[in-house]
Amino acid sequence: MWRRLRPRDTVATTGRVTKENHMKYLLLKHYRGGPAPAVDCEPMDRWTPEEVDAHIQFMRDFAARLEETGEFVDAQAVAPGGAFVRYDGEGRPPVTDGPFAETKDLIAGWMVIDVESWDRAVQLAGELSAAPGPGGEPIHEWLEVRPFLSEPPTVTE
Amino acid sequence: MNEPLLRELVPAVIGVLVRRGADFASAEDAVQEALIRALDTWPADPPRDPRAWLVAVAWRRFLDAARADASRRGRELVVEAEPPAGPASADDDTLRLYFLCAHPSLPPSSAVALTLRAVGGLTTRQIAAAHLVPEATMAQRISRAKRRLAGVPLDRPGDLGTVLRVLYLVFNEGYGGDVDLATEAIRLARQLATLADEPEVAGLLALMLLHHARRASRTGPGGRLVPLAEQDRSRWDTRMIAEGVEILQTALARDRLGEYQAQAAIAALHADARSAAETDWVQIVEWYDELLRLTGSPVVRLNRAVAVGEADGPQAGLAALAGVDPALPRYAAVTAHLRERAGDLERAAELYAEASRAAASVPERDHLTRQAARVRQLLRP
Repeated sequence: MWRRLRPRDTVATTGRVTKENHMKYLLLKHYRGGPAPAVDCEPMDRWTPEEVDAHIQFMRDFAARLEETGEFVDAQAVAPGGAFVRYDGEGRPPVTDGPFAETKDLIAGWMVIDVESWDRAVQLAGELSAAPGPGGEPIHEWLEVRPFLSEPPTVTE
Repeated sequence: MNEPLLRELVPAVIGVLVRRGADFASAEDAVQEALIRALDTWPADPPRDPRAWLVAVAWRRFLDAARADASRRGRELVVEAEPPAGPASADDDTLRLYFLCAHPSLPPSSAVALTLRAVGGLTTRQIAAAHLVPEATMAQRISRAKRRLAGVPLDRPGDLGTVLRVLYLVFNEGYGGDVDLATEAIRLARQLATLADEPEVAGLLALMLLHHARRASRTGPGGRLVPLAEQDRSRWDTRMIAEGVEILQTALARDRLGEYQAQAAIAALHADARSAAETDWVQIVEWYDELLRLTGSPVVRLNRAVAVGEADGPQAGLAALAGVDPALPRYAAVTAHLRERAGDLERAAELYAEASRAAASVPERDHLTRQAARVRQLLRP
């Protein structure tokens, strides 16, 4: 039924045939963990109220700007408290552990962005990391950037 | 209510507003507002003439917005109440919108969003839901795209290549929210094929139909990925396959091959095989050679190695991998498959595990993890 037809002349239309579109990335903010801080910065509760306000305003403006560029998805903060929980067998209540005062890694919150490329995600994380701290100086905090797993493309083979 | 019909009217109505003197960005906004109102009111109160209703409501919206804008700037509003007589038809308008929305100056994701709204007649909310982003973000993405197009005349011939690429992206985005983007891409490609008589448009439409026809068999329970060789071929949509093959044959007969026709030919050869074992891999390799010549794409080179492995055995497949960049997505997965077929189970298991860690989607990751587990089980005494 299927017959090959030999082409005589050809027309190349576009370049590649790969899935190349917006991808979502998680910008993860840690209270603790990650590489050693680049700038030794006091905890936020020791800043002046104005410094705290300026920091929070920066975060809001950043999210608003990303909404305007069509790249914002979500931003959330989580409280440092809480606990680890696990199953402990049939009919038994779950086991809880923590909260941990001095664990290695503690997540503070995240922002989800939907951007054209990894480079753009890194660029934005770099800008977010420049949030002001004491004296209005950028705090240079480390942000973790992680790509989301997505839906598989329709064309697979 | 006939929502597909309503959506089909959208590009033509935008065209009417533009010919009456509205700029594209404002016309498109006005029609979007009219569309939302139609979705809201038509079910209870369907108009006798849907197109006239949309034109009237959108035009009123446009005038209100334009007047408000003019008075803000202290200027007189100048627009024609009736379209000037001209040769332009609704079809011409629609085709121009395809070109404009996929303008090469737009980033692909913006072109996709704008095409879905202005040509596809989807609402911002539907487009946002399909892409899993907030509606406000999607609205801004579309506004920015339109601002970038300000001053681009609507009546110039556009780049068909970028239009096809945008539709291909839409097709590949699959399904999310209440809109099936794969089906939407097929509708838009079908419409484009009636407007632009080019073999590559037909090739893309055929490619979509041939892949879509296998959709039901591609996922198992819980969204689990079923590879081509294991798919239940009785679940393939044979009518859709026949349509795809026919469209492709007609396109190929015009002797102007392009990448979408070549991809469709590969899909057709898969669809044509009654069982995986009957697949004409030799011919598939030839089409990959053609595709490679057309695109020079490293991804094609990688997929070609799989076909070579099936046609000439795993060692030939592994040899065909020489010169392929190992950093490519799915490189490890392809190598794992070929190693397994060559009997090197130890290495295959490692590679499947490595591939699962590099997978870009959850179903792919789970599939590769299962493959690694399956091969490791074979290795146990």
